Amino acid sequence: MNKKTAVAVKDKLSDDAIIEITGMHKWFGEFHVLQDINLTVQKKERIVICGPSGSGKSTLIRCINRLEEHQRGSIVVDGIALTNDIKNIEKIRAEVGMVFQHFNLFPHLTIVENLTLGPIWVRKIPKKEAEETAMYYLEKVQIAEQAQKFPGQLSGGQQQRVAIARSLCMAPKVMLFDEPTSALDPEMIKEVLDVMIDLAREGMTMLVVTHEMGFAKSVAHRVLFMDYGQIVEQNTPEEFFDNPKHDRTKLFLSQILH
Amino acid sequence: MNDKNRTELDNVVKPPVTSVGVLGWIRANLFNSWFNSILTLLTLLLMWKIIPPFVNWAFIDSLWYSSSAECREIEGACWSVIPSNLRFMLFGFYPYDQQWRPFLAIILLIGLLFYSRNRAHWKTSLLYGWLIGLVVMGLLMKGGIPGLKPVESTQWGGLPLTLLLSVFGLAAAYPLGVILALGRQSEMPAIKSICIIYIEMIRGVPLITLLFMSSIVFPLFLPEGMTVNPILRAQVAIIMFTAAYIAEVVRGGLQGMSTGQFEAAESLGLNYYQTMRLVILPQALKIVIPPTVSQLISALKDTSLVVIIALYDILKTTQSTLSNPEWMAYSSEAYFFVALIYFACCYFMSSYSRRLEEELDTGL
Repeated sequence: MNKKTAVAVKDKLSDDAIIEITGMHKWFGEFHVLQDINLTVQKKERIVICGPSGSGKSTLIRCINRLEEHQRGSIVVDGIALTNDIKNIEKIRAEVGMVFQHFNLFPHLTIVENLTLGPIWVRKIPKKEAEETAMYYLEKVQIAEQAQKFPGQLSGGQQQRVAIARSLCMAPKVMLFDEPTSALDPEMIKEVLDVMIDLAREGMTMLVVTHEMGFAKSVAHRVLFMDYGQIVEQNTPEEFFDNPKHDRTKLFLSQILH
Repeated sequence: MNDKNRTELDNVVKPPVTSVGVLGWIRANLFNSWFNSILTLLTLLLMWKIIPPFVNWAFIDSLWYSSSAECREIEGACWSVIPSNLRFMLFGFYPYDQQWRPFLAIILLIGLLFYSRNRAHWKTSLLYGWLIGLVVMGLLMKGGIPGLKPVESTQWGGLPLTLLLSVFGLAAAYPLGVILALGRQSEMPAIKSICIIYIEMIRGVPLITLLFMSSIVFPLFLPEGMTVNPILRAQVAIIMFTAAYIAEVVRGGLQGMSTGQFEAAESLGLNYYQTMRLVILPQALKIVIPPTVSQLISALKDTSLVVIIALYDILKTTQSTLSNPEWMAYSSEAYFFVALIYFACCYFMSSYSRRLEEELDTGL
């Protein structure tokens, strides 16, 4: 990634918040996995969340589309508060795209069927139109020629790009990435990151849990460092990497930046 | 290594003669150790002892179309028992001059089953085809419209009864079993416990008991004068019984699904029913095709138990034929024929399931 694109990617932020998390706590049984999380995400903001394993970073973004349930505090996404109301949850999930570490494509459906499933059944878009949208996004992640294949016939990098396209077909307002490159062979990481950088360039709101610090430097507006279920430090990438404040952040950075 | 080098090497180095071809196969599969060599020889000896006498009995010394008196003169099989009694074996007490009706119904059913084998034919029109087919079959069996004499269901028997109990038993038990499996996985305690109690109770009881209950105990609770058709009662008992077993098989498939599939479906905004119908069940049911088919095959054979509530399925009609002193001595031949019919039905299911598995294979 050269410096020029990095600058080009970072645009001005608007002022309206799309995600507001206040005083949020979560326990797994007795284990206090998230402690007093306060986080406001602006529209078009791109946040990279990093931290040692078990620090609660995946759990945090999984709370945003209610794959995990929080016990205290509030999460408001696009003006809708996350409660036990199943209708609200489904509404929010339709607006929030999620990309998983292990892709989680539907192995019994072809690639294009994977992409049209949500639009047809949730958005009630006619099949033909949904397929056109699907092909548009497959083009975009450069995988259109694989449209009629099954996920099992694709490489890991290709599958993850399909997974990103599947989320995009729902025209989400926010995209969550849960370690999208961690399960990939090294030579496939770049093709997935390139797709994510393109997405950033188009102004998608993104929350990315990742250890790809190069990606954080070039794309993120803000880097969050989490440890023991707390947001320990947050800053612009420049400040975060060059001038970390907290001891735990320094230790973490010294371990991952060789 | 490039391709050119490869072909050159292939030409120079050939595998030794003893490891390829017929000789190689025999060596590798039949005589690859002293133990296997002994087994091979023993098997050959056994085949020598069994096959020629059987062929003699079944084909060479046998009679295919004769009276029972002629059969007494010979050593071999008297297959004549089958053509002589075929119509009673197949159709039981159905009025003799009307037996073309169940025959036609069976042909229709088999035709529909074969047509439905091809997944390309699975459209809504096929559903209508089945509905019309079922109505036609019902009318043929029952009659009561102009031109068709009414025939009471107490007179139904033989192959139509076996097929009726099996096909509808399995067709109804399968979806019911899936619903029970989903119910057992449910997070709602009431639904969950009802399903668990149902499944465990039914599985804890032999089918014979259920059939008895449905034919003897159940009518006691009905208001006076009200009766439920005995075939229907047996049918319901078979459906309830099979569904409980299918439910446990399907539950196994559901538990084999990774949480990632649920999460991916949910994060797209699909609701519970959509997630299950579009993502989870198609995969889970595919995984459990082999055990499901085992269950369905055993349910098909279990329909022969309806004999204990005085229904004449094909096994019972055959048995009745054999109570005729004229043919009493030829039970092996008659049962052989019935076995062949059961085998054909079961083999149809198992071969179809294997085909379905291949067609549904998507490489993951």
